Amino acid sequence: MIRFSAKSALLAAAFAGSAFLPMTPVLAQDDTIKVGILHSLSGTMAISETTLKDTMLFLIEKQNAAGGVLGKQIEPVVVDIASDWPLAAELARQLVEVDNVDAVFGCWTSVCRKSVLPVFEELNSLLFYPVQYEGEESQRNVFYTGASPNQQAIPAVDYLMEEEGVERWVLAGTDYVYPQTTNKILEQYLLDAGVAPEDIMINYTPFGHSDWQTIVSDIKAFGSAGKKTAVVSTINGDANVPFYRELGNQGIKAEDIPVVAFSVGEEELSGFDTTPLVGHLAAWNYFMSVDTPENEAFIADWQAYIGSTDRVTNDPMEAHYIGFNLWVKAVEAAGTTDADAVIDAIVGLETPNLTGGTATMLPNHHITKPVLIGEIQDDGQFFVVWETEDLVPGDAWSDFLPESAMLEADWTAPINCGNYNTQTQTCGAAAQ
Amino acid sequence: MLTLRAIRLVLLALPFLLTSIDAARAQETDIPALVQSMGEASLRELGQIVSDLASTGDPAVVPALQALADGNLYLDEASSAVVIQRGSALSDPVSGDAVALGADADLSRIRVNNSLRRDIATALAGMTLMSDNPATRLAAANGFMARPDPANIPLLDEAIAAETNANVLRLMQAARAVTILGDDEFDLADRQAAIPVIASNAGRSAITILTGALSTAPDDLKPAIQSALAGLEQERAVWGALQNVWFGISLGSVLLLAAIGLAITFGVMGVINMAHGEMVMLGAYTTFIVQLIIRQNFPFLLDYSLLIALPAAFFLTGAIGVGIERGVIRWLYGRPLETLLATWGISLILQQSVRSIFGPTNQMVIAPTWMSGSFEFYGLSITYGRFWIVIFAAIVFALLLLVLNRTALGLQMRAVTQNRRMASSMGIRTPFVDAMTFGLGSGIAGLAGVALTQIDNISPNLGQNYIIDSFMVVVFGGVGNLWGTLVGALTLGVANKFLEPYAGAVLGKILILVLIILFIQRRPRGLFALKGRAVEQ
Repeated sequence: MIRFSAKSALLAAAFAGSAFLPMTPVLAQDDTIKVGILHSLSGTMAISETTLKDTMLFLIEKQNAAGGVLGKQIEPVVVDIASDWPLAAELARQLVEVDNVDAVFGCWTSVCRKSVLPVFEELNSLLFYPVQYEGEESQRNVFYTGASPNQQAIPAVDYLMEEEGVERWVLAGTDYVYPQTTNKILEQYLLDAGVAPEDIMINYTPFGHSDWQTIVSDIKAFGSAGKKTAVVSTINGDANVPFYRELGNQGIKAEDIPVVAFSVGEEELSGFDTTPLVGHLAAWNYFMSVDTPENEAFIADWQAYIGSTDRVTNDPMEAHYIGFNLWVKAVEAAGTTDADAVIDAIVGLETPNLTGGTATMLPNHHITKPVLIGEIQDDGQFFVVWETEDLVPGDAWSDFLPESAMLEADWTAPINCGNYNTQTQTCGAAAQ
Repeated sequence: MLTLRAIRLVLLALPFLLTSIDAARAQETDIPALVQSMGEASLRELGQIVSDLASTGDPAVVPALQALADGNLYLDEASSAVVIQRGSALSDPVSGDAVALGADADLSRIRVNNSLRRDIATALAGMTLMSDNPATRLAAANGFMARPDPANIPLLDEAIAAETNANVLRLMQAARAVTILGDDEFDLADRQAAIPVIASNAGRSAITILTGALSTAPDDLKPAIQSALAGLEQERAVWGALQNVWFGISLGSVLLLAAIGLAITFGVMGVINMAHGEMVMLGAYTTFIVQLIIRQNFPFLLDYSLLIALPAAFFLTGAIGVGIERGVIRWLYGRPLETLLATWGISLILQQSVRSIFGPTNQMVIAPTWMSGSFEFYGLSITYGRFWIVIFAAIVFALLLLVLNRTALGLQMRAVTQNRRMASSMGIRTPFVDAMTFGLGSGIAGLAGVALTQIDNISPNLGQNYIIDSFMVVVFGGVGNLWGTLVGALTLGVANKFLEPYAGAVLGKILILVLIILFIQRRPRGLFALKGRAVEQ
């Protein structure tokens, strides 16, 4: 029923628009530009994604107050994917086909992105994906505003190697595509850097793992081989709290075995007494504690919007902030919300990020980001102990895996392809 | 390196310097200035200031360095004064006098990173080895052991001679031995003699230290180190197995706590209660609220907030359980599929209401001091949190047995489950007993929730992680038998922990599931099957 009326309304609008443009008042639906928000508001990922939904509503409200885009107001369409990935694909289709949104902001996990990807490709719509991910992908309809491994994992490992003198590595992760691929890249990177295979321990745990006694005591034993040891954690979601609790209880101090995490931010730490964790590390492209006027204003606006000064900001929120602003700029530049026009217009556009730098959309649909390493403080915030001097451009295909080293993504003419093989100079040469 | 040596020499000379008042005075003059300069320093400059302060060798710098390492050293942006803040009290970092700042004071913490923390620990170790507090001396000896330097030997010798506490003495001797073993200035006999001292005194770090020393030691020393290592490794293998048993018991006790309430509602009453996990979750949120109230109103009770939360969680979830039984489940007795769907619906409603009220993010329950950290029991390292949970699970189990076997309510419960009509004709109010039984099962789930705040997230999804495991335990142990639940939980816990090191956490879990499926194929009624006519119904 809804589907029918929406379609007929559109038809009517199109007809009215073409035939009686100057005279007829435009239908209400044409007054707004619709943006889809595709996040889990229930289920295991709700803990992280609900905040992103609120962030998008906040950004849209701010943009509307500033006059919207192309002189029209932006209308958010929120759907709940309930941490259910097939459902995510269905709802993505519904957003594009039924609700006629012009761009979608959403997903957190890689499996969510992978399952909605074909929908956006088929329907030629836009997805802005705000979370750090494993790389090895570049798709014409997707914009990756989170970090790729070379913007997070590799610099973090470099930091540990150079500043902390780490020689022995535990790669601990949750058992799914992001940790697996990231650890594959890291393992190769470490081996290339001359780390012996017996000095690398890789460990996977299921989602929501809560009994960490054995693994933490294994880490302790692994770290007692007389070489400086660090843990590189790609543990995701709920499993982090019991993991850090066990670390604290078993007395693993950051001075002895530091843990650097890629999925633990301010939001995850807010449910946690961080006193035993002081000094453990996280690598991100944004921290709430970064002292810039842009960030201060963003935090103040966000806390005013959400109505609580306890709410924190985190890296994926910044990614949405950047992604949304880039999309607005691209639409203004293209003069239309048409997907093809926006895809052409957005490459090369710049917008300030919250850490005092500039985010540029690259031809491979990734963006430039600074890399920051922070130490956890007892108030749940991070203290930046290291940062890259320049912005790091996101690399879609890792240079450290032999199967992807010769691949490049470039969505501008003349290459126009997500997996261009620089050796054979052809497109799609490697299996994705 | 030269400057480091110089620092050590100054440190060593400390006792003599103190006797010379003039020298001490001369140094004291620049300490406040150095401390004050920490306010605006970058991380690198801080490192320099810390080593400058350490090289004064004056005990007056200890409070400032300690506060810096603990994150208690602040800069007042308004007056650019550096002060120590503990609680709400402000004091001067050098003199220790109370400081009053203007109304416009804007305190920001002077932050340190890991490598600075290590430097400070080393610096402090030298100055606090003679402290009056055994814990401080222990920390100092640990610092020396972690960062051995031959220049420290005289200092250690002096401390060892004066030491009265046996534990601290052992560690000091270990630190001395580590230093001697690691430096080729000492002759071989001394280094050889150091090896057994390390093996016996250095505790769990002995293997680390000896393995590290093995790579740099001359060939003459290697056999001795290797044999000491072999002995330690063998010891560790034995203790490792025992440690696994302990991990298994501890995992089993968590499973037991989560499952035992279900053993009553599902096992005794035959109700498939999918909302059981949410009762656990509500118990955890009750703990959160109780702690919040205590923190705001009665901060001195904070350490006992978990104990206070126990009855609150029990009665709250019990009451909700009674409500669910009276409102929904009693209309569905004998229709397992409808019960399953209805309770699943209830579980979704409860989850989403909690999410709407408290938000989707994790809530924080602070571990009381008596549940933080760990203790060594011979070769076992046992964390206090897990230890108390095992004890708590045992108490809950014993109490439940007592209620079922020794009270009138327990008798009626058993009567109603075994033969409802007969019990009814004997004058037992069966609907009342049903409600009470369901309430008891739910209340115990609430108790489990209180315990789980210490190991898991307090989020609306908390219960979902445990519902599958709980059903698994009850079915495996044998429906309708509390002892079966106990044995089932402990068996699964220990089996899981023995599989985990070999198969990994993911495969371990799969293997356990496969084993249970095979087991249920052989014995459909579980470990402890009920016998008799009641079973045939």
